[in-house]
Amino acid sequence: MWAFVFKRTLIALSVALTISVLCFSLLQLSGDLALSIGGPEATAEQVEQIRKDYGLDRPVVHQFATWLWGAVQLDFGRSYYYQSDVTDLVVERLPVTMTLGVMSLAIALGVSIPLGVVAALKRGSWIDRMAMAIAVTGQAMPNFWFGLTLIIVFAVKLQWFPAAGSDSWQGFVLPAIALGYYATPAMMRLTRSGMLEVLEADYIRTARAKGLRTGTVIFKHALRNAVIPVVALAAVELGFMLGGSVVIETVFSLRGLGQLAWNAISRNDYPVVQAIVLIIALFYIVLTLLADILNAILDPRLRAR
Amino acid sequence: MAPILSPQIAAEPHLVATWQSRLFRNMLNNRSFAIGLLIITSLGIVALLAPWLAPHDPYLQNTANRMVPPFWHETGSWTHPLGTDRLGRDYLSRLIYGTRISLFIGLVVALISGLIGTTLGVLAGYFGGRVDAVVSYLLTTRLAMPVVLVALAMASLIGGSMLTVTLLLGLLLWDRFAVVARSATQQLRDAEYVQAARALGCPLHYILLREVLPNIAGALIVVATLEVANAILLEATLSFLGMGVQPPLPSWGLMIAEGKAYMFFQPWVITIPGSALFMLVLAINLLGDGLRDITVRGGRNE
Amino acid sequence: MSNLSSTERSTAPASPLLSVKQLRVDLPVAKGTLHAVRGIDFHVERGEMLCLVGESGCGKSMTSLALMGLLPRKAQINADCLNFDGIDLLTMTEHERSNLRGARMAMIFQEPMTALNPAYTLGNQLCEALRRHQRVSRKAAHDRAVYLLERVGISAAAERMRQYPHQLSGGLRQRVMIAMALMCEPDLIIADEPTTALDVTIQAQILHLLRDLQQEFGTAVIFITHDLGVVARIADRVAVMYAGEVIETASAQALFKTPSHPYTQGLLRCIPSPGKTPPGSRLQAIPGVVPSLVGKLHGCAFCNRCDQADEICQTTPPLHPIASGHSARCHFAHPLASSAQINTPEVVS
Repeated sequence: MWAFVFKRTLIALSVALTISVLCFSLLQLSGDLALSIGGPEATAEQVEQIRKDYGLDRPVVHQFATWLWGAVQLDFGRSYYYQSDVTDLVVERLPVTMTLGVMSLAIALGVSIPLGVVAALKRGSWIDRMAMAIAVTGQAMPNFWFGLTLIIVFAVKLQWFPAAGSDSWQGFVLPAIALGYYATPAMMRLTRSGMLEVLEADYIRTARAKGLRTGTVIFKHALRNAVIPVVALAAVELGFMLGGSVVIETVFSLRGLGQLAWNAISRNDYPVVQAIVLIIALFYIVLTLLADILNAILDPRLRAR
Repeated sequence: MAPILSPQIAAEPHLVATWQSRLFRNMLNNRSFAIGLLIITSLGIVALLAPWLAPHDPYLQNTANRMVPPFWHETGSWTHPLGTDRLGRDYLSRLIYGTRISLFIGLVVALISGLIGTTLGVLAGYFGGRVDAVVSYLLTTRLAMPVVLVALAMASLIGGSMLTVTLLLGLLLWDRFAVVARSATQQLRDAEYVQAARALGCPLHYILLREVLPNIAGALIVVATLEVANAILLEATLSFLGMGVQPPLPSWGLMIAEGKAYMFFQPWVITIPGSALFMLVLAINLLGDGLRDITVRGGRNE
Repeated sequence: MSNLSSTERSTAPASPLLSVKQLRVDLPVAKGTLHAVRGIDFHVERGEMLCLVGESGCGKSMTSLALMGLLPRKAQINADCLNFDGIDLLTMTEHERSNLRGARMAMIFQEPMTALNPAYTLGNQLCEALRRHQRVSRKAAHDRAVYLLERVGISAAAERMRQYPHQLSGGLRQRVMIAMALMCEPDLIIADEPTTALDVTIQAQILHLLRDLQQEFGTAVIFITHDLGVVARIADRVAVMYAGEVIETASAQALFKTPSHPYTQGLLRCIPSPGKTPPGSRLQAIPGVVPSLVGKLHGCAFCNRCDQADEICQTTPPLHPIASGHSARCHFAHPLASSAQINTPEVVS
């Protein structure tokens, strides 16, 4: 078990390192940094001064080491546009994105698992067909368009929820639905197919032969085993959702990490962009690692390895 | 078979069908495959015949004729069946030309990413060991990168255009191809006909291209449909955020972005391109689901 | 012959524990209806070991699932009589059936490797049936489980209770399954090929264990197998199944001494016996194949493989009594059954 965790952590760390190299090359690709920092009015002397101040005159490897050492200490440098520490900007925006991500995941899990279970139990019924329809249409819906439609219907026409803003929990409802809906189909299909497979298993027949109540058979014996792969998928989907927050936060004007990233991208503020890419990638890596560990806890057979 | 066939066995109707005819029948019987194929074929024809089908020039601006509502609206007219946009361009014509952009990007992206992913996956699956470790590492790294964010950042660096978007997505979306190709090849690696080819001394490229690839093609085609759909959605997203296809090209995502400011009073400016996008992606997914059902059932031989 | 240790529970001590008349199980399949069980009759006395013998696909597993009420949902079951200790199983609701399952009739399955839930400890899975059916404390259930694990020959039972199924070998898992079946002291245990998936040496151990426990607890057992060697070792009585029918029932002794149905005779000829079968000679086999059970089957199901088949075999043979407790479903029941009073075959013109 511990060897397994150690090995996975090692891989995760090296993947994180690779991604930080990629992020740093992004910065290098963006052209002469001193020019973009100084702005169009900067004189040649000023640009030279900036180059010295930011250490841009030193070799690339040296610059990377400095940047990486800073990143390890959670110092991602200064934003060109906002003229403040990237870390401060990120810390300020992180709670919004986290709330959005967790709410979306909760909605996605809350819809997909019950629906997947019922669809598997009542295979071929109208509820199964409805669940499959939701799955098929959900995968086809562009989420920014779905978000806009939600705004038109629930914020403008019905006025149930605000169209924008992160001041109250109501502001998160529509974006969380828009983001969560995107993750629902895959998790629902997996729950359904997992349940169908598990319900055929010999140990379910054993459980029924013991005269256990239907509820015990389904929830204790079947769901527990069917849900194991869904846990791993949920972690991955949460990672994707954090990435997808760029779109949804822009649509709903939420002051989160995604919106910050989009603003930074459109203003060529690359220290911010690379920091966010790295942070979201790290989140994904940590989440998949957690999913592996959680899987090992849920499935005793994996613990032996 | 038994030497003496009792009458009850002989009475059994023989269901002798060739593999091809059964596959064909499965295709027509599979409703989602049939519906998906129908929609995609029609949209493909629309894309090909766009210059003849579009009632107007999609780029022709007419400021006197801005924001004309579609025909079902009281003030709509059949001159512009789906109305006009904020620059007075005919919405139907733009929609029709937009089909070309979506389909082109979807297909080319799937082609590029399919080439990359299949190559990596087949090599990893066939050789295993260190090659597999390297490919798996690349795959993990790629999966950890947030696609939309990276594509946005790169597009803004290079400058958004149809070519940039296509290349970027092509370079980013190979993960599923690699995963599927890798596991399918692993299963094939020890198959008898592959071992036979190896024993006969067939060159490596022959084994991979002639023995392995045709046998994993079915699974790859299913992945390809999913990736076409995925690429179309991502292109629309990037264009919506202003880093994808640039104006005045009529990308559906861009049309939604341009209509966003008007959506509260003229919601059709976003519902029309949005529905088109939804329909196309839905059709491709239906086709993919149908294909998967058919190939799985074909494999089970019943 | 019958062990009357559990008579206090029953309403009519003289009646058999289980009686089955004209049980039919139909399964819808792609090409029509599969008549998996085609009207079988048998009964089980209290405390006896009845072996249900037949080759795979003859309907013996379907019979056992029908008795337990565990048939697939699509399956259709009907019978003239399906009576368990005075209770009519056919008219019971699913809930009433589940009250019976695990408590008064338990089942042991063929595949010990997959029959236990990988996610829970053995203790958890052993205790849950008892806690479901009887008001017992956690402690009492635990103690009974430990006691039974020791009884089925598992050492360090208390530690085993905390283990997961994947930590056990197949033989040990089957012992756990047996302990699990005994948890509520059932009147009837149905064992569906419980030794088929095990190594030969383990098979013998499990057979001995089952036989010992059956005698000790006075439990009736329906033992399903395709292996006549197993039957010879443990059975009190035998019912031979072929193509969804019981074609011969007899006491184990009578069956091996005077097999009356040509199929049973064929089966017995297939077993090599030391001394009788000359070394190097070809083993016997029954020619032909089992008829398809999809659709209607006319006449004797065995006639296409029977060397004595006649025109009369185009009609369905009744179950002919041969001796007391011995009957066979054959029109010629049977000249070779020497000592039995031979009924003149009913001539159907």
